Amino acid sequence: MDYVIEMLNIRKEFPGIVANDNITLQLKKGEIHALLGENGAGKSTLMNVLFGLYQPEKGELKVHGKPVSISSPNDASDLGIGMVHQHFMLVDTFTVAENIILGKEPKKFGKIDKEQAIQQVQELSDRYGLKIDPAAKVSDISVGMQQRAEILKTLYRGADILIFDEPTAVLTPQEIKELIQIMKNLINEGKSIILITHKLKEIMDACHRVTIIRKGQGIRTLDVESTNKDELASLMVGREVSFKTDKKEASPAEEVLHIQDLTVKDARGIEAVKHLNLSVKAGEIVGIAGVDGNGQSELIEAITGLKKSESGTIMLNGKAIQNLPPRKVTESGIGHIPQDRHKHGLVLDFSIGENISLQTYYQRPYSKFGLMNMKNIYEKAKRIIAEYDVRTPSEYTEARALSGGNQQKAIIGREVDRNPDLLIAAQPTRGLDVGAIEFVHKRLIEQRDKGKAVLLISFELDEIMNVSDKIAVIFEGSIIAIVDPKETTEQELGLLMAGSTQQEVGKEANV
Amino acid sequence: MGFLQILEIIVPATLVYAAPLILTALGGVFSERSGVVNIGLEGLMVVGAFSSIIFNLFFADTFGALTPWLGLLVGMAIGGLFSLIHAVATITFRADQTVSGVAINMLALGATLFVVKLIYGKAQTDKITEPFYKGDIPLLSDIPIIGDIFFKDVYYTSILALALAVVAWFVLFKMPFGLRLRAVGEHPMAADTMGIKVYRMRYIGVFISGLFGGLGGAVYASTIALDFSHATITGQGFIALAALVFGKWHPFGAMGAALFFGFAQSLSIIGSLLPLFQDIPNVYMLIAPYVLTILALTGFIGRADAPKALGTPYLKGKR
Amino acid sequence: MSNRLTNLLIPLIAIVLGLLVGAIIMLASGYSVIEGYSALWNGVFGETYYMGETIRQVTPYILSGLAVAFAFRTGLFNIGVEGQMLIGWIAAVWIGTTVNAPMYIHLPLALITAAAAGALWGFIPGFLKARFYVHEVIVTIMMNYIALHVTNFIITNVLTDHKDKTDNIKSTASLHSDFFEKITDFSSMHNGIIVAIISAVIMWIIIQKTSKGFELRAVGMNPHASQYAGMNVRKNIIYSMLISGAFAGLAGAMEGLGTFEYASIKDAFTGVGFDGIAVALLGGNTAIGVVLAALLLGGLKVGALNMPLESGVPTEVVDIVIAIIILFVASSYIIRLVMNQMKKKGGK
Repeated sequence: MDYVIEMLNIRKEFPGIVANDNITLQLKKGEIHALLGENGAGKSTLMNVLFGLYQPEKGELKVHGKPVSISSPNDASDLGIGMVHQHFMLVDTFTVAENIILGKEPKKFGKIDKEQAIQQVQELSDRYGLKIDPAAKVSDISVGMQQRAEILKTLYRGADILIFDEPTAVLTPQEIKELIQIMKNLINEGKSIILITHKLKEIMDACHRVTIIRKGQGIRTLDVESTNKDELASLMVGREVSFKTDKKEASPAEEVLHIQDLTVKDARGIEAVKHLNLSVKAGEIVGIAGVDGNGQSELIEAITGLKKSESGTIMLNGKAIQNLPPRKVTESGIGHIPQDRHKHGLVLDFSIGENISLQTYYQRPYSKFGLMNMKNIYEKAKRIIAEYDVRTPSEYTEARALSGGNQQKAIIGREVDRNPDLLIAAQPTRGLDVGAIEFVHKRLIEQRDKGKAVLLISFELDEIMNVSDKIAVIFEGSIIAIVDPKETTEQELGLLMAGSTQQEVGKEANV
Repeated sequence: MGFLQILEIIVPATLVYAAPLILTALGGVFSERSGVVNIGLEGLMVVGAFSSIIFNLFFADTFGALTPWLGLLVGMAIGGLFSLIHAVATITFRADQTVSGVAINMLALGATLFVVKLIYGKAQTDKITEPFYKGDIPLLSDIPIIGDIFFKDVYYTSILALALAVVAWFVLFKMPFGLRLRAVGEHPMAADTMGIKVYRMRYIGVFISGLFGGLGGAVYASTIALDFSHATITGQGFIALAALVFGKWHPFGAMGAALFFGFAQSLSIIGSLLPLFQDIPNVYMLIAPYVLTILALTGFIGRADAPKALGTPYLKGKR
Repeated sequence: MSNRLTNLLIPLIAIVLGLLVGAIIMLASGYSVIEGYSALWNGVFGETYYMGETIRQVTPYILSGLAVAFAFRTGLFNIGVEGQMLIGWIAAVWIGTTVNAPMYIHLPLALITAAAAGALWGFIPGFLKARFYVHEVIVTIMMNYIALHVTNFIITNVLTDHKDKTDNIKSTASLHSDFFEKITDFSSMHNGIIVAIISAVIMWIIIQKTSKGFELRAVGMNPHASQYAGMNVRKNIIYSMLISGAFAGLAGAMEGLGTFEYASIKDAFTGVGFDGIAVALLGGNTAIGVVLAALLLGGLKVGALNMPLESGVPTEVVDIVIAIIILFVASSYIIRLVMNQMKKKGGK
């Protein structure tokens, strides 16, 4: 067998956890091989072993049939292995060229030869069809170009084997297609690729073979031709997975959230939300579909009072709430499950009990005349922990110690318990395992059935299509289309998300 | 008083006070550009001043006029060694960088004064017999006008400071080492994935700050103070830190800021000679460097953007 | 080993290590370690006079430790305690020398003014951080030097007529205590210790029991989540620096109204502010810890004065010991690592 890479019986441990337990992965020359697993299954760890960032406790690594030891990224690079990271490893203040040559700088009389660097980078860019501007500063270029720069980093060092770590998280369906084409070009030039992903569609579209990992263990390696999404999903999760959520028809009632002509500037002073209109009714889930960076964050921040809106109105049950401070917005009846639960949702060093009262600690009965009543705070915490199945040793445990899924459950419990009229869920299932994802979706639908209005923002099209009653596509700061999830396809949504109008997509505007 | 005459008074006086600041600030640039906060510049200057003075007192007879120059080397070496304490504490032991810096300052004063008392039995050394003397730089001082202002009746050490600023700029922005050092300070994980040894780079950055800080202290002691006691350095290291920040972590910016602060300090000596400044109460001159740095940080003089990873210990293998 | 136990052990281990380094230095310099450390001990406990002096030294240490600890707990690094202290000192002495009032008005007025002045000096870095995101470390360091020069200027040009020191404060503003003086053989121990202890209790109450303390802690640990939860991060940063500065200002009042009863120009800092950082670190940033750590540090500093007299060892050894202790506490990660290794070996 003509394997370029063999990872045999790899075992990698961290304090208290076995991240990789006897995993075997073999990469053939000229193939695109998928590494499939849920979040936390051990995919990134395995690849970090290959890339030299981690050392395995047990197991063998072979490159082109020869046993090797890879103790640093330099070793990996010398062996022709390159990694395109999920979170870009680019220095914002450097130019594209400087980032690419870092560590292997072309020199003239000891100093960096800038012209050579730019020239070499341009040559590579032309040869592999990766359009970039070598002299541009990273902070000024698009996400797509940043990713191409990451790819060029590996090619500059002569990589023959490329590892792509979840490369499509930040791309539209069109850009994903382009990336797949780039990968196929690379294969034609003699490279071999490992693609780390949890996206089944990409595997079916682009890969030759797939190795499935589950909870640190290698499950199976299959030819993509011989399998399908359902089989891959159940292998990934370990049981039958239904892709459709069980929900009855929505019966939307009166309007709860009414946004009219809203304009919000982002941190740099550029308009991120432009004259946006949106309506969410009680008893319905509105999903906002769009590529990251089209104004979703600013929209949520404007609704929740964290950002000033330049113009326009936000009405909650007929009351204007734009530009109210966050505490007043919360008191008006809005719950918010934030996108980044570690940064915005919890104070990790507080106990889970304290976190559950993070918005309400100053109200009776949790506080009186400025003095806290910890007994009441912890009693409420106990109740919510039980009701929402938050797995924790106790209500006094530090939030940091809980798993992502349990942290999210606690946050959801906190928000829902306040009985808000509008529940905003931003990326609520990011980083959660399938069981927790099902829980979250169930709760959102439950709130909708109770007559609440739910606004769901997500970058996962599957989630939007399964959970929403109505889909609003956001592009460059405004809602450009409203579609019925039952009558649309991923293709269509992808086109809309990339800016095509509904006429171009061949559908009537469905407002 | 003619403008040129004013310059002939101002420039040399400024250079005298600015030189130690320039050197120390340059050291700070290297340390902080690699990601390690260095509040301990004050302590490094103390150690450099101390060792150069002690060396001078002991070996003035042996080396004569060469003594102060050798003293500079001694100051550099001791400063570099001392800085390793900060490096080990912050890089390997992951101590809070600010706290370590404060401890370094305390340790420097305590240790140096201890040794002074041990050797001399008193809290202040004698004056050195072989200090630096002012002179005219050969050739350059013959240039009309410029020569009179910059190169006549100056200390060689002042010119050394300016030259080293240029060298520092070149190394930081034109050499591979500088690119890698800056990468480590902005995005250590990216540098790590490119095969750069983050810990090693930071050690080097801190060590360089020790060399330069020690040199700065030695220059101060050998040109201005001429002896060593607990009051020798008092605050010069912090002014250098201010120059570093005010200069936006750039060698030339730090040099410019240090020149300005040196000017402000020299005014307390030469102010009475100059027309404009005679009437301004001394206190404004004394607090000027500090107020200006605060204004710079607040963005009134343009935003001061520190290296992104400054102050965060690098945890290898953390995701 | 529980987390709490580890947290207690680390300062203790650091202290032992620091004293060890001090011992090594003494040995290397030809001094007798036993003589040196017994001189240190005698310098604190040998006579009631020394014990009184220790308590007197401890008094501003508690307050400067509280100032640093309070700021730390709320996520801020207040290195400006030196400057805030000087400002508080001047303010207290100004009230003490210029106002005429019975003691039950004069003394509290002087104390409150000192606290307010310190708070004002702390407000500036707090405001700059809240509004402009300027890091407080550099600002507070700069403010220290500004305070030094400004207070010197005020003493020579405002409070006196070009003299080096002010008049003594009136006795109605003094913290002087006949009682303490008598029981400690005429040391300068004064009523300030009571003010300090009360302040420690106040800090504990604020941090642990009030909703404001909850907010301050939350903002200190995660300003983003706090903002999302509706707390006003900016206001809390400013509150924190105000309270921290107030404690520091009170520390200055201790010196101005108790130890010295006047203000004089200084050519260098007192060191109390920087020692406060050591106190806060050693005390784990808790009120009770600060009190205990202040006792330790005050004892070390006062005891050190006896060392050259009884054993010939220069007082600077103690400064070195304190610096080493700070380094070790700050490097607690490595101590924890070693402890874990030892635990593993012991468990096998």
